[in-house]
Amino acid sequence: MSERTAATTDADASSQSDDEPTQTEVTSGATAVVRALENAGVETAFGVQGGAIMPIYDALYHSDIRHVTMAHEQGAAHAADAYGVVRGDPGVCLATSGPGATNLVTGIADANMDSDAMLALTGQVPSDMVGSDAFQETDTTGVTAPITKHNYFASSPDTVGDTVGEAFALAAEGRPGPTLVDLPKDTSLGETDREPGDARPPETCRPRTDPDDAQVEAAARAIEQAENPLLLFGGGVVKGNATDVARNFATEHQIPVVTTMPGIGAMPEDDELCLSWAGMHGTGYANMAITHTDCLIAIGTRFDDRLTGGIDTFAPEAEVVHVDIDPAEISKNIHADYPVVGDAGTAIERIGAEMEHSPDAREWREQCLVWKDEYPMDYAAPEDEPLKPQFVVEALDEATPDETIVTSGVGQHQMWAAQYWTFREPRRWVSSHGLGTMGYGLPAAIGARLAADDDETVVCVDGDASFLMTIQELSVAVREDLDITIAILNNEYIGMVRQWQDAFFEGRRMAAGYEWCPQFDKLAEAFGARGWTVDSYDEVADAIEEALAYDGPSVIDFHVDPAENVYPMVSSGAPNGKFALSEDQL
Amino acid sequence: MSDKQKGLQGPAPDERPHPAGRRNSQGIRIDPEVESEPERRRTVLSAIVEDEPGVLSRIAGLAARRQFNIESLTVGPTTVDGHSRITMVVEEPDPGIDQIEKQIAKLKPVISIGELDDDAVRAELVLLKVRGEDPDKVHAITKMYDGTTLDAGPETITVQLTGDERKIDDAVDAFRRFGIIEIARTGQTALAHGAKKTVPGEEPGTSGEPTKPTTNTQ
Repeated sequence: MSERTAATTDADASSQSDDEPTQTEVTSGATAVVRALENAGVETAFGVQGGAIMPIYDALYHSDIRHVTMAHEQGAAHAADAYGVVRGDPGVCLATSGPGATNLVTGIADANMDSDAMLALTGQVPSDMVGSDAFQETDTTGVTAPITKHNYFASSPDTVGDTVGEAFALAAEGRPGPTLVDLPKDTSLGETDREPGDARPPETCRPRTDPDDAQVEAAARAIEQAENPLLLFGGGVVKGNATDVARNFATEHQIPVVTTMPGIGAMPEDDELCLSWAGMHGTGYANMAITHTDCLIAIGTRFDDRLTGGIDTFAPEAEVVHVDIDPAEISKNIHADYPVVGDAGTAIERIGAEMEHSPDAREWREQCLVWKDEYPMDYAAPEDEPLKPQFVVEALDEATPDETIVTSGVGQHQMWAAQYWTFREPRRWVSSHGLGTMGYGLPAAIGARLAADDDETVVCVDGDASFLMTIQELSVAVREDLDITIAILNNEYIGMVRQWQDAFFEGRRMAAGYEWCPQFDKLAEAFGARGWTVDSYDEVADAIEEALAYDGPSVIDFHVDPAENVYPMVSSGAPNGKFALSEDQL
Repeated sequence: MSDKQKGLQGPAPDERPHPAGRRNSQGIRIDPEVESEPERRRTVLSAIVEDEPGVLSRIAGLAARRQFNIESLTVGPTTVDGHSRITMVVEEPDPGIDQIEKQIAKLKPVISIGELDDDAVRAELVLLKVRGEDPDKVHAITKMYDGTTLDAGPETITVQLTGDERKIDDAVDAFRRFGIIEIARTGQTALAHGAKKTVPGEEPGTSGEPTKPTTNTQ
């Protein structure tokens, strides 16, 4: 037990009974901030200390909120993001002014692109020094305005508590996203006894959750009449907690389902109706279904270009029903013939109740099964070749419980993890989708581990280059004694770049090689974790078993085939139905 | 060891059936025989916003990073304390106008936003500095356009003009003959015609009587 925890516990024992949570008296802006976090139900926060944020940390000293010091602020933001994804409540991260705040930027941008609820608190130089280029000053609200749902400059100790509460609530309201409160030191240190009220979103940002009758009716009629209907579940189904309703709708009406990558887990991937995820590296059958559907019922997706390929050839025969809580997503990229603005769960229920019959889609379902047979997710894995990364992912999936939480970095390994792991439940796949942030996997695993129940398994599938970007967070996993298994699919390349260089740059592998990668098993041991190196098929199962059995952070460095590529692949901007199964089809 | 050793199968890309349909750059399904791209259109958007620091930069920044073309942007207080009206002229195809409206509506300080009809009342203010060699002629043109002379000297004359965009453009053309030295235009500001509300859900108010936003803006 740390000194700090011991001190807090002693104080508790003398002044409070066991069942009464500690609550600091509001005496300053900083204590009001902490009280607002407590009122909002925050249990864990991730951050790094520093000059301008010190008053907030000082106020946290007497709080029951668990603070996890990360090695780098980027790690704090990713950990908070992943914590929020797994828990369904906004994750919280803290950083000081200047470099602390700018180090959060990647993590905030990542959360913004993936619509993940997150609250960032940043220290700031005293108000009277703002604008003077003071030590560790950055215009944090200016820098983060384009990548937050909203940000606040807290100018008064009397209102800062309510501001933090509002920011927390706003992060989760409607379409989730990151919010930020910049806390100048004089606001934090300033005196106040104002108790913050309940965390409430601002009056001006109240989304429409219950869709319009006419929109629901029009959508229902369109779906009834479809011959080749296809459901597309995006991240909004997961984040809107609409998974059960969405699955029931698909099953009741027997409509095949594809997901986006953030929507993985919205439909069990072993369900016959589920065609897994579509897009650049999605399954062939998902992309064939998208290409040939005549009615695409898209729920909670923003039609990212990695999903659509070329706009002109995306679902070219389909009338599009688009359900989204954010009206700005309607017809932003793909025109919605039948827009439905509202909460995913409510909208699906309303459309289901409005439908008088299911679409007659027996032939279409059979066709989807034919595509499943025609384009299976296979890879060639003879034993005498170097270890195939897909095999490693399958072996990890087999060795872990069904509801294991998987985090990943970004690159080839991410695609293999998403392709070859069978996800059955939402909030189990935690990855960086929209921003594509290498280095996301390890800090995300830390956040996910702290959000998950003790008996749940957390695995991070990472790449060698991705892992190196935030490897310092391993120190945090060791210090906090977090049971995480990190599987590195090490091909000594920025593999996805190498794949593109081979395919589109005539094999000029400029700056793609990582032959100087460290020995990750030894590095893991140096950090105080356990490490293994695996070169052959024979060692895979044992290493996984030992790593999973070890109660703490463990790193398995799988040396995989450096020539292996990710297929299927839809070339950038190409039609989804033209996915390539090998380099010569690109 | 996996039993999946067959490798990937199925018809090659060119051997697969491909649908004949297509979409245009706005993601709208189009008839293969008829290409259609929406034309750009110039329109006025009006927004009621909470008068807080940085609100204008949030809106301008949003427009810039989403590549919307703003022709002019004006801002000023309304009859309601703590509220400002932002008027912007944009030139975009219909889907772009729809998108800029929705994106701005999402910003937290934005209470409501709407597009004005063609019959809206619009005006702009312009200050023009011309050479002072022909004061009588300058004065005549100024009178013709209901302008005001703000400053007159032997070298320069500065006049103020207000009116709709067309009148201002005509006046500027008329003053060209004297040699325009400097020009400052405010950009258009506008209100809906007659009793119509300029912005959806806008409630009338007087200074000191705050109104509550009545529309969902997200």
